[in-house]
Amino acid sequence: MLTAILTVILIVGGAALLSWPLGNYMAWLFSGRFARADRLFIRAVGDAPDQNWKQYSVALLAFNALMFAFAFLLLATQHALPLNPDGQTAAPLDLVFNTAASFTTNTNLQHYSGESTWSYLAQLGGLMWLQFVSAATGIAALAALARGIGGQASMGNFFLDLQRAAFCVLLPLAMIVACFIALRGVPMTFEGAAAVTTLEGVTQTIARGPAAAFVAIKQLGTNGGGFFGPNSTHPLENPDFWANSLQMISIIIIPMACVWMFGRIIGRMKHAGVIFGVMLVFLLVKIGGSVAFESAPTQAFANLPIMADVGNLEGKELRLGATTGPLWAVLTTSTSNGSVGAMHDSLNPLTGLMPMAGMWLNATFGGVGVGMINMFLYVVVAVFIAGMMVGRTPEYLGHKVEGREMRLAILALISHAVLILGGTAIFAATVWGQDTLNNVGAHGFSEILYEFSSAGANNGSGFEGLGDDTVPWNIATGLVMLIGRYLPIIVPLAIVGSLMAKKRSAESAGTLSVEGGTFGTMLVITILIFGALTFFPAAALGPIAEHVTLMR
Amino acid sequence: MTYLLPSLRLWLLTLFVCVLAYASLVFGVAQALAPFRANGSIIEVGGRAVGSELVAQDFTEPRYFWPRPSAVDYDAMGAGGSNLSPTSQTLAERAAETVVRYGATADKPVPADLVAASGGGLDPHISLAGGLYQADRVAAARGIDAAVIRRLVQDAAIAPGGVLAPEPVVNVLQLNLALDRLEQ
Repeated sequence: MLTAILTVILIVGGAALLSWPLGNYMAWLFSGRFARADRLFIRAVGDAPDQNWKQYSVALLAFNALMFAFAFLLLATQHALPLNPDGQTAAPLDLVFNTAASFTTNTNLQHYSGESTWSYLAQLGGLMWLQFVSAATGIAALAALARGIGGQASMGNFFLDLQRAAFCVLLPLAMIVACFIALRGVPMTFEGAAAVTTLEGVTQTIARGPAAAFVAIKQLGTNGGGFFGPNSTHPLENPDFWANSLQMISIIIIPMACVWMFGRIIGRMKHAGVIFGVMLVFLLVKIGGSVAFESAPTQAFANLPIMADVGNLEGKELRLGATTGPLWAVLTTSTSNGSVGAMHDSLNPLTGLMPMAGMWLNATFGGVGVGMINMFLYVVVAVFIAGMMVGRTPEYLGHKVEGREMRLAILALISHAVLILGGTAIFAATVWGQDTLNNVGAHGFSEILYEFSSAGANNGSGFEGLGDDTVPWNIATGLVMLIGRYLPIIVPLAIVGSLMAKKRSAESAGTLSVEGGTFGTMLVITILIFGALTFFPAAALGPIAEHVTLMR
Repeated sequence: MTYLLPSLRLWLLTLFVCVLAYASLVFGVAQALAPFRANGSIIEVGGRAVGSELVAQDFTEPRYFWPRPSAVDYDAMGAGGSNLSPTSQTLAERAAETVVRYGATADKPVPADLVAASGGGLDPHISLAGGLYQADRVAAARGIDAAVIRRLVQDAAIAPGGVLAPEPVVNVLQLNLALDRLEQ
């Protein structure tokens, strides 16, 4: 118990401390403090004029369409291209579609195993490239949103913002993390698999590759797609406790910094502090639940002569310590990362509910940039409800929040639930889902529910027992990922565009303060009502049903 | 055109910087500072590659320590876990087979890590308790005093994260290599 608390303090506390200077730096960066770098970036794309919300959105979508098209082409033709020492063959097109959509949308849902599917060129030039630019897209969108809501006349320029995020935030951090984990044992080689003869004389072929560079940006950009199939449970992707600790900090640090960056750009650090506090409370509650539930020994071993002095070890790695499995599960799903440090399918039923809850709320720090954007939607709703309750016109940072903005905010929030629950309902009722399960009963339902939650939240983790490399799964989750990515980016930009068009009023004594405990409480309640109540019936059919029927 | 041309320039630039330059730099640093680890931690004995320090390999003979179960049969080209729920009947049946293999009884229960499959199916470690549990079998198979074998296991144990993860673990391949050296 003591080691668990110490580990949580080290990882979450360490990341929170580091996020403060990083957030300040990012705010300076996106406010044009580094003029010489900006001049280079502007020259690189020709010109970077100010954009309104529509122009910014179109630029974002245009570049993301190009990202998808290039990745699709590269993945589909990898067998004919160089840097393929293990001779990977052509991948089926439905898998190519799913993978290109998955990495373009910062999801990194993987219906394949990297070591047996993609060449080194496809992994680096296609997938790792997308891990940089999709993460940079999210950060850029947040910068634009913050400028607009903070009262600036322009939202900035997407092509400039993307370079700032990719080259000045992600790249230097990735360089540090990649070198550190390479020194701890993550391979960085272009040689193909190693053939060895074991001590008992059997031949074992060991996949390797340029993994260190890939793994670093996978964690920092809340991407989560592993170089190898089992992601960060693979010893070559996560070789020891210290590489593991740095990876966990990498998962959460930029999403945390994004809150401070938002606060500094809008010039309201106390407001950002309240939001950070609300997110932290949700995070710690989920971590507490997860660590506690996972300390129960494996239920299936109960009637066998097996020691019951440790928690559930199925799907876990010993070198990472007892706390890693449940802690990582919460970190990776609170943010939209989706890498795994233990197999989520084999978590105890109620532990498995924690990552699902993280993806349903999708705003406990959330994905880089987009997590704070999701929280912005909750803030708008909370402000509106609070305003209605006291009978005053709801205002947020001096902007009147009216019917049009509310309709848009609700559209974005409801779409998340519709994509997840609608998809789950269809696949649970048909052979598309039923024939792909690895577990029976309530846990089988959980596998379907988790997969759609992961796609809808752009997370990318999975209950990996699910046989998800089928045409229906590839197409359905591909579409869910695309809608679940761009709707919640474009709609908030539209809301801010609408607010910017109105005259800004000064905040008076009658305005609801967004800086105190009252507002924080209001925000927590809004998130609980919206996020948690919507999904409670589904949770009852899956993990809760499994717990009450099968756990002692 | 307003959006296409900058997008194309950005595409080339980010590919060059975030893929080519970044991967080359990391490659250079890793190969220069830690070539053994950068190439997969492959251990050679007498010029012959016998395995990766970080990747479990199958051991079935009684004279060797056995690793944790692997859902993919230690296939390092297709790693993965069992993905079975902890409440699963299939998991209980698999565990019952492992229990028989170790000859565990109610008086001598087997440590849980020797029965639970790891996440990647390639966990190179077992717990110290799991090593000590197998010491008698290994000692009998090799005709060596069990106390010597136990000492060997104790010496190989490390705490993976110091005070943060104190439960001691033993690297199975390193331990088995040490065993073979003992008899030379």
